[in-house]
Amino acid sequence: MAEERVPVLETRKLGISFGGLKAVTDFNIQIFPGELVGLIGPNGAGKTTVFNLLTGVYAPTEGTVLLNGKPLNGKKTYQFVEAGIARTFQNIRLFKEMSVIENVKVACTKDLHYGLFSASLRTPKFWKTEKELTEKAMSLLEICNLADVAELPAASLPYGRQRKLEIARALATDMKVLLLDEPAAGMNPTETAELLTCINTIRDRFGIAILLIEHDMSLVMNVCERIQVLDYGQTIAAGSPAEVAANPSVIAAYLGE
Amino acid sequence: MKSKTSRGYLLNTVVVVVLFIGFQILTSLKGSEGSFKLVIVPSIWQCCYLMVLAASLNLVLGFMGQLSLGHCGFMAIGAYTAALLSLACERAGLFENKSDLSFLLVLIASVLAAGILAALLSFLIGIPALRLKGDYLAIITLGFGMIIINIINNLPFCGQDGLAQGSAAASLYKNGLGFGSKAKVQFLWFALVVTILSLTLMFMFVRSKYGRAIRAIRDDEIAASASGVNTSYYKVLTFAYSAFFAGVAGALYSCTNATLSTSSFAFTNGGILNSTFVVVMVVLGGMGSLTGSVVAATIMFFVNYQIKNGAWVEHLPASVSGVFEYPMLVYALVLIIVILFRPKGIFGSYEFSLQNLIPDIRRARERRKAAKAERKEAQAHG
Repeated sequence: MAEERVPVLETRKLGISFGGLKAVTDFNIQIFPGELVGLIGPNGAGKTTVFNLLTGVYAPTEGTVLLNGKPLNGKKTYQFVEAGIARTFQNIRLFKEMSVIENVKVACTKDLHYGLFSASLRTPKFWKTEKELTEKAMSLLEICNLADVAELPAASLPYGRQRKLEIARALATDMKVLLLDEPAAGMNPTETAELLTCINTIRDRFGIAILLIEHDMSLVMNVCERIQVLDYGQTIAAGSPAEVAANPSVIAAYLGE
Repeated sequence: MKSKTSRGYLLNTVVVVVLFIGFQILTSLKGSEGSFKLVIVPSIWQCCYLMVLAASLNLVLGFMGQLSLGHCGFMAIGAYTAALLSLACERAGLFENKSDLSFLLVLIASVLAAGILAALLSFLIGIPALRLKGDYLAIITLGFGMIIINIINNLPFCGQDGLAQGSAAASLYKNGLGFGSKAKVQFLWFALVVTILSLTLMFMFVRSKYGRAIRAIRDDEIAASASGVNTSYYKVLTFAYSAFFAGVAGALYSCTNATLSTSSFAFTNGGILNSTFVVVMVVLGGMGSLTGSVVAATIMFFVNYQIKNGAWVEHLPASVSGVFEYPMLVYALVLIIVILFRPKGIFGSYEFSLQNLIPDIRRARERRKAAKAERKEAQAHG
């Protein structure tokens, strides 16, 4: 079965070096629709760098990123998003002074069907689009349990809900692959559990693939179908959670030899 | 939700129309009175272009969070474009005196041309300049502002020596846009209409996808591009949109003033049209509040007018009035006071709205009460 499916996101020999430092080398991954893949590794292993490569923040020095078989070389970040890769950030990056619903609306870039003229003269097209935007944003906020705070400034939300808002914002881009950078960092167990349900709902509902960076091992082991382990920019193991947990080089990387 | 919005629009339109008609009646009643004609009307003209200028810079500085110090350069482009176009039209015989209907058309065309040329040039400047951020952007826009002034200075037909023939002053005043005090009263409605239209258009821009995108860029550019916002497109577009209105403000400026001199737009100028002065207006009014810019432009105009022309200045001790000879010192003082005591400006990012005025006041009062109670409690515990 697995051989016949087309991976939604694929990287081939992806690598980047900063000067003489090879931050990531020979990174290969295939993610299929609906899959939840974990990316783990010790601090400084290059996980976030991989995310930056996958979203066009860094241009790779070698290798390619393919989305649905199409290479994304030389594209800018917003074009990666247009193609269907959205992400959240390790240290939350919300539009702090904007309201929660506006944060989501900003990301609905594929639903903006009016131009400067319509906006200036407030044509019916403008109102129609804005109404649709509000509806879409509200439905996304409901999925993430944020509908009650839609009009509040984003910065006023508690930490856990800010994380969820980041996910809601990423969802608004209509992506095919969602990259989550340590979504459970700094959360208490209740918040983590809530987040998990949220992630699962999203996956079931939208049928998207998710790549997850996480330090919370119980979370990774529980939800991910496959795990890839990075250390010093190199893939040291890949496979099912059980395989990875038993892999001696993974244990060595985490605990030292 | 939508019916509330349309009710708000209706309310605003009605109030604006009523105010406008009130102004018209006032001008027709008092139009020939000395102080009204010589002081109040020219002041309103100046306030008009300052409001448009400050609000247009607020788009870039307040809403998009990019510090541009070359805004008066675009205003200069607008001023010279409008003035030269009106002179050319006069020479081509399109109008003979300012009460002709054809003059009105020339006037409208000049204002539009001023805006369009300023927008085009800012588009060309914006493409390379807006790749930079923060201090670097400030310096490069400052540089471009100076370059614009110098180019205008050295163009044979619009340099400091005058607009084509004879002295700029006499020529513009007699044949072009420059309005005398009588024409200023006569065309006051035009200044008001242009100002209201410009402010409305900018407001519409801010309350649309464009405003959302640029505020997102201000709050976090990386997150904005990771949310699919084409940041360079929106930055350049906003820069050009803002320069359009700076150009319009420039056209109003050349209507107001009988002379045009590049030195009044230069960065080294101590007068009211220095790019830093506009920045002070935006910061004073509140970055991200168009109504704040409008209020601040009026306040700063008043301060500027008073320290230059106020009768009370003469009665001050010499040490104080000595300071007033250097208006830049006063503006700097204003800026420092604002940053110390109200870092978000008078309005912050609040927009004045007739419809929400009463609920807003009520909410602000409640908030103040809550803050007071909290402070009391803290004192009681401490």
